Amino acid sequence: MGLVVSVKKAVKGFTLDVSWQIGNELAVLFGFSGSGKSLTLQLIAGLLKPDSGVISASGKTYFDSSLHINAPPQQRSLGYVFQDLALFPHMTVKQNILFGAKGVPKCETTERYREMIDAFYLNDLEKKRPSEISGGQKQRVAFARALLRRPDVLLLDEPFSALDTPLRIEMRTFLKALRSTFQVPVVLVTHDASEAATLADSIIVYSEGSVIQSGTTADVFGSPKDERVERLLMGMSL
Amino acid sequence: MDSSALFSIQLSLMVAVVSTFFIIVIGIPLAYLLARKNFLGKEVLDILLTLPLVLPPTVTGYYLIVAFGRNGFIGRYLYEWMDWTVMFTWYAAVLASFVVALPLMIKTGRAALEAVDGNLINAAYTLGHSNWETALRVTLPLAKRGLLAGVVLSFARALGEFGATLMLAGNIPGKTATMPLVIYSLAASGDWSEATLMVVLLTLMAGIFLYLANRYSKTIF
Repeated sequence: MGLVVSVKKAVKGFTLDVSWQIGNELAVLFGFSGSGKSLTLQLIAGLLKPDSGVISASGKTYFDSSLHINAPPQQRSLGYVFQDLALFPHMTVKQNILFGAKGVPKCETTERYREMIDAFYLNDLEKKRPSEISGGQKQRVAFARALLRRPDVLLLDEPFSALDTPLRIEMRTFLKALRSTFQVPVVLVTHDASEAATLADSIIVYSEGSVIQSGTTADVFGSPKDERVERLLMGMSL
Repeated sequence: MDSSALFSIQLSLMVAVVSTFFIIVIGIPLAYLLARKNFLGKEVLDILLTLPLVLPPTVTGYYLIVAFGRNGFIGRYLYEWMDWTVMFTWYAAVLASFVVALPLMIKTGRAALEAVDGNLINAAYTLGHSNWETALRVTLPLAKRGLLAGVVLSFARALGEFGATLMLAGNIPGKTATMPLVIYSLAASGDWSEATLMVVLLTLMAGIFLYLANRYSKTIF
């Protein structure tokens, strides 16, 4: 179990050049907006194509420029929770979650769906549309939808950024519980230092398209490599 | 009301229904291509398909004769192989209405499909759904209001098509003369009472159609 990412991608005057790998843990991609964190997730998910490099998850190669491998997003076993959650507004909660059942054997679909409904406390909401439920409930639907297929890796693109502080803290606790239930490697993108500190097993610090430090949460917070990392961790601008 | 006037009502409805059917089958996929895919010549195709909206219908009719007339670059082969020409048949009225009304479907449909949030489409891809499935279950349903508006406008335009129809199908009573053509003939010959009746009828038909479309769109969406 794990994820290996070593990619280069140039987009409109910005160059991303990063190399890192994680095991079965919750890794936080940490850095200011525009440092290439979300772009990295899009490359991992296959929504954009790297210029060169390698991406593999759980031993499966999704992208390898030297071997001309570039699996489409549909063939990558990844759960992706978007910043705006991307719930389908024309579908009910149930339909949204079951939309994530692609490739799940028919006989298992109902059982897995019930498992998600229970795990994410969505029992009374199944017939509601996303516009009829609260922010926190939407989050849980997005997680349930992303996890129904039991992906090899869960990618979270600042999913809590739109929530107010109490709900954000509640969702952090929820995410920790979710990690222990589903045992799936998670890559969480955030620019919130306290979120990184409370959730991460390891931290990968991004700055201007490069990784400037990576290690366990204790390592990174305990001994920031340089002033840039220190300022980032303190939530100050560079 | 004489038999050719009654026939024109039936013909107008038939022409509008059949051309709208083809507009749905051909126009929606074209609008989808223009909205969501990138290919060489995309904007040129958009301009070509939209031109009939801004050109006088007689000019569109002229081009259609150049293409589908007995000596036209397509019509010539049809005549050679099938000993048949579309000119001065009711099919010509369908073709004229189709070409003139298609831009309304393309423009409205393209705008509606472009407005669908790209993240929702990406979400469908990351959940394992193919381009086809995503188009049918996410993109098209989310754009359905705009697409329906395109269909309604196209139908209404097809129902009232005059210029290109006259050029291509002619004004043959009982054969190709649709309601707008009959109204023109009646007015030209000074038969105002009959013309007024037809005008009121056509206005009512268009009004009822728009009312039903509005009501239906509110109940299903």
